[in-house]
Amino acid sequence: MNRHNIITVYVKELKHSLRDRRTLLSMIIIPTFVIPALTYGVGKIATKVIAEAREETPVVMLLPGGDSPGVVAALLRSRTMKIVPASANYRQLISDKKIRAAVKLPAGFEAGLKAGTAESVLILYYEGELKSSLAAGELDRFFRDLRDQTVKARLAEHQLPASLIKPFEVKRENVAPPEKVGGNLIGGLVPYLIIILCFTGAMYPAMDLTAGEKERGTMETLLCSPVARGDLVLGKFLMVLTGSLSAMLLALTSMGIMLFVMGALMTGAGGGRAAGVAVAAAQAHSASATLPSIDPDGILGVMALVLPVAVLFSAILFTVSLFAKSYREAQSYVAPMTFIVILPAAVGLLPGIDLNVRLALVPLLNLSLVCKEMLSGVWHWSYIALIFGSSCVYAGAALALAVKMFNREDVIFRA
Amino acid sequence: MIEARRLTKTFRDKQRGEIRATDNLSFRVAPGQIYGLLGANGAGKTTTLRLLATLLKPTSGTATVAGFDIATAPEKDRANVGFLAASTALYGRLTAREMIAYFGRLNGLAEAEIRARTKRLSEEFDMHGFLDRRCDVFSTGMKQKTSIARMLIHDPAVMIFDEPTLGLDVMAARAIVRFVRECKGRGKTVIYSTHVMSEVEKLCDTIGIIHGGRLLAEGTLAELRVRYGEADMEEIFVKAVGGEDRR
Repeated sequence: MNRHNIITVYVKELKHSLRDRRTLLSMIIIPTFVIPALTYGVGKIATKVIAEAREETPVVMLLPGGDSPGVVAALLRSRTMKIVPASANYRQLISDKKIRAAVKLPAGFEAGLKAGTAESVLILYYEGELKSSLAAGELDRFFRDLRDQTVKARLAEHQLPASLIKPFEVKRENVAPPEKVGGNLIGGLVPYLIIILCFTGAMYPAMDLTAGEKERGTMETLLCSPVARGDLVLGKFLMVLTGSLSAMLLALTSMGIMLFVMGALMTGAGGGRAAGVAVAAAQAHSASATLPSIDPDGILGVMALVLPVAVLFSAILFTVSLFAKSYREAQSYVAPMTFIVILPAAVGLLPGIDLNVRLALVPLLNLSLVCKEMLSGVWHWSYIALIFGSSCVYAGAALALAVKMFNREDVIFRA
Repeated sequence: MIEARRLTKTFRDKQRGEIRATDNLSFRVAPGQIYGLLGANGAGKTTTLRLLATLLKPTSGTATVAGFDIATAPEKDRANVGFLAASTALYGRLTAREMIAYFGRLNGLAEAEIRARTKRLSEEFDMHGFLDRRCDVFSTGMKQKTSIARMLIHDPAVMIFDEPTLGLDVMAARAIVRFVRECKGRGKTVIYSTHVMSEVEKLCDTIGIIHGGRLLAEGTLAELRVRYGEADMEEIFVKAVGGEDRR
């Protein structure tokens, strides 16, 4: 291994790549500007949609309830719902979003309430549709209140204390500091983004430095030089790794700056003007004005664990692209790999999946899970060591495979 | 000096089975001599030259190039070889100067030496007008000059040309032929593959006719004319490979 040769190849590849628009786009432009802008945009839209849905007074259809005038009057008085008269095609109207929900009162409901024989009230809504679900929630709340009042009245009638049906209260208290709650929320998303960015950042340099070189006829020129094949691979590989890490670091830095600015806006004179993910997260966890933040030590931990994964990605993409004769062919090999990467990364986003020894050996999923923990301040050192060790082994094997493939004539001179 | 001894390379093809691209090739090229490897497409010329440049490994047999065995000292072999082929392209996003310097560094030259040699080569090939322009905007002539400078930056003792005039116009091809002749004048060991008979007639001291991976005839142009009783190189070639139907 000749360090001078490796550095020479790396420096040339870096210069060559920085002059390539496709690599620049995937390595710098997209992670620095597009990803944070998209994240901000999606967060902003999501917040706006939820806020609009909450502000809307849902139109609810009351199905025959003529024999329950008291309940009907109470419903009509509700400020949180707009009651409209019954119509036979109420199911279609809900589907068409003309009304958000409907409520069907059983015959003699009010009388049944008094006699203690009331049948079920049926709430009709469209599952999965946000505004319909919110309307159903309002109806739920209304009838829960009515039920509570009815019970209270009955207890009072029999001169019984209210504690008869509620012998004790149950309270919940959150022990996680608000920052950690925020870390949990964002901490799921960060590893997912890191994995995707590491992969996409390595994609274009890997294809350009292998299949691209073959296609342009420069591979043979390079192979004529006295540099050992292993040194050529390492120099090129370092460039692919640079693409992978720079995409990830630039995106994280850019998003960090974005969150910092939004935090300043939230705590500053503007008060609640900040938007995006932070607001959505803040609204989700509490009414507190604290922006969700992540453990700074967690960030360092994530960086350390991401390194072998970036090596793994770079080496695999390098090897796969090396098989291709042209850039286009390499794209057809690499594009499906994106799904293989996204899947385990996305599984890590799901709630309720906890790290265990077996999962700690599954590449990508292990990183996704442990990063989520680290970013919210939970450090399972045995798992962290196992994940780092296994990732290094996978990365080393992938790099050895890349060198081996580069030495194969049928791969380099594939006709 | 190049000395090939029973150089054999076989490839495995899924449909055609084992292919012998070169079959027991033995020849010698002395310094200051141009050896022409003449053959039709698929005769084994490129494989032979790639073996000599250690881009491929021989299946059996061996060769020494500038005193280094291709099997045991491939890197030393390449350090003494300048390889130019129609398929050896330039890095389009580098300038001609960067391209030449890159190969100077890969050949272990010091920066001062690279600068001095680049200056000398750019004067020799009149490259001043485009030395700092990117290769992807070059004309064929500019590319050719840059490729030659890239090939010469480490002043190799052995020059390998694999159909270097392929796809070039008459003027560009003439420039290459002129350059190859200059290499001979400088005492380089030159091996030149082509299927263009006129180039062989003009350039080569010794001609090796290759067909189906085998060296069928070898000698000076005068010797081949006597042996085959033909004055025209094309007729000599056809007779040597056993007739027009043998492809």
